[in-house]
Amino acid sequence: MILNKISIAEIKERMVKYPRRKSVILPALTVAYRQVGHLSDQIYREISDIIEVPYIEVAEAASFYTMFPKEPVGKYLIQVCHNISCALLGADSLVGYLEEKLGIKKGETTPDNLFTLISVECLGSCASAPMMQINDKYYENLTREKVDRILEELRRQG
Amino acid sequence: MEKRILFKYIDDPNQIHIDTYIAHGGYKAWEKTLKTMQPAQVIDEVKKSGLRGRGGAGFPAGMKWNFVPKDSPKPRYLICNADESEPGTCKDRVLMEQDPHGVVEGMAIAAYAIGSHLAFCYVRGEFVKPAALMEQAVKEAYDKKMLGKNIFGTGYDLNMVVHTGGGAYICGEETALLNSLEGERGMSRIRPPFPAVEGLYACPTVVNNVETLAAVPHIINNGGEWYASMGTEKSKGTKIFSLSGHVKKPGNYEVEMGTPLSYLISELGGGPLDGHKIKAIIPGGSSTPFLLPSQIDAPLDYESIAAAGSMLGSGAVIVMDERTCMVWVIERLIHFYRHESCGKCTPCREGTGWLEQLISRIERGEGKPGDLEKIDSICDNILGRTICPLGDAAVMPIQSALKLFRDEFQYHIDHKKCLVKSEFEFK
Ligand SMILES: Cc1cc2nc3c(=O)[nH]c(=O)nc-3n(C[C@H](O)[C@H](O)[C@H](O)COP(=O)(O)O)c2cc1C
Ligand code: FES
Repeated sequence: MILNKISIAEIKERMVKYPRRKSVILPALTVAYRQVGHLSDQIYREISDIIEVPYIEVAEAASFYTMFPKEPVGKYLIQVCHNISCALLGADSLVGYLEEKLGIKKGETTPDNLFTLISVECLGSCASAPMMQINDKYYENLTREKVDRILEELRRQG
Repeated sequence: MEKRILFKYIDDPNQIHIDTYIAHGGYKAWEKTLKTMQPAQVIDEVKKSGLRGRGGAGFPAGMKWNFVPKDSPKPRYLICNADESEPGTCKDRVLMEQDPHGVVEGMAIAAYAIGSHLAFCYVRGEFVKPAALMEQAVKEAYDKKMLGKNIFGTGYDLNMVVHTGGGAYICGEETALLNSLEGERGMSRIRPPFPAVEGLYACPTVVNNVETLAAVPHIINNGGEWYASMGTEKSKGTKIFSLSGHVKKPGNYEVEMGTPLSYLISELGGGPLDGHKIKAIIPGGSSTPFLLPSQIDAPLDYESIAAAGSMLGSGAVIVMDERTCMVWVIERLIHFYRHESCGKCTPCREGTGWLEQLISRIERGEGKPGDLEKIDSICDNILGRTICPLGDAAVMPIQSALKLFRDEFQYHIDHKKCLVKSEFEFK
């Protein structure tokens, strides 16, 4: 089993709230993603068993939502918004700066598996551009100085 | 001037707690609704207010609620659309993060008005914090018996679920949202049937935007006439505008409908960045046609912005100054729409892909004579021919840019480079 007791309990707790089991697919994928950091076939099978929905329906739904990585990523998934409001305030140069600081290209993971860098569509933080999301957290109104501090802090936490 | 109604307590960090919310007059409207009003009266009051949907289409809220069949034996559902993914738009997130009980209370009143006993708030997957705050607000409301069984001893039951999505723009489109909430891929549905008749689990369903619902408690407390006394003849009340791009003070500003765009940009937003002139303005989110600086005095209401050739949409105002290359802007946007197309209907799925290829090659300096005409033709073949409006959303800014800034596109093709190069450095 990949999913731990807490995740399974959380998924089961969700099940009583919905009139139909299938509606729990997306919340269950979210719970799994929070625990593991990415989704996989094995996870779809486990969810399928827990919520009693055919495996294929879980896999099909998962395939649609690009927010969930389907391959392992670094401990910290850095997602820089590259959409218009952020781009107007230098999102591309932010990506460039992160590439330089991390020594990787967009789409890659650092050799120590700590950071994965990608760019994504609008994250609903357009008036605090440029911004990025690292795992669950938003970092807004970014400057070089702020980015330096954030990376330093995450490196220290390891 | 800002007119803070929904934003009245937005700067109070304690507003997220139910005790503070109640101390500020919260849940009074919910109590009044349940204890003294029939569902039809609630709908009448909202109709009187003139409140229109803040999710983009501007459909009158009271009228939508009235479409729910009164005699259907099926359960009804109320859904709060918190998918907020239209580039430029970032107001619903603020409401959920700073005043989540306002959203819960609005949802509760709307649910009662349509006879629903189960309401969902569909929050985009990346909004972890807003979803957690909504979840906490719902829990507090249950603890205080504002939700659950026999609320205020009136015999009315209402359950509320905060549901998180998977980060897909299309899931903000109401029929795709319904599919997503049912556990399907988030693909749009052909209408009719409309959700009010056959929505979630094929039952009558009303989908409203966060901001629309957050206005409802104020309307119940102060009356529809009070709300209708603000704004313009056809666009009533206040609206939150998300101001972003090349301005000194970007942010979310609540103003009366009909406030001039120039006031929002210059007074509230501090004007364009130093030493730069405005080149173009998107008034209602990335799907809406551009306005020119000459139109900056347009009043921000549905009718005036339509008369200016665009749409008020979600109220996301994006300002671009003269350093901005319009081909570059359009490439950004079409990349987004191509990525977010659900793939169900051919014109949108294929058309957005072709548009991206053509526009990218022009931006790269590889455009060919005839490319602009090809783009025109693909746009014509998408517009109005798709299952949901995502296709139109993709096409409208492109058509607008080709109309207003065609020279710039032509220059790219002829000279293999930008007329102005967008190279924005972050600080
Ligand atoms: C592609 C697309 C994306 C949309 N995204 C959102 C959204 O994120 N939030 C929203 O409230 N409405 C969105 N809408 C509009 C909804 O379909 C629907 O009209 C709205 O939620 C109704 O609520 P309202 O009447 O209160 O505005 C979107 C529409 C389209 C076509
Ligand atoms: S454009 Fe970057 S958060 Fe919206």
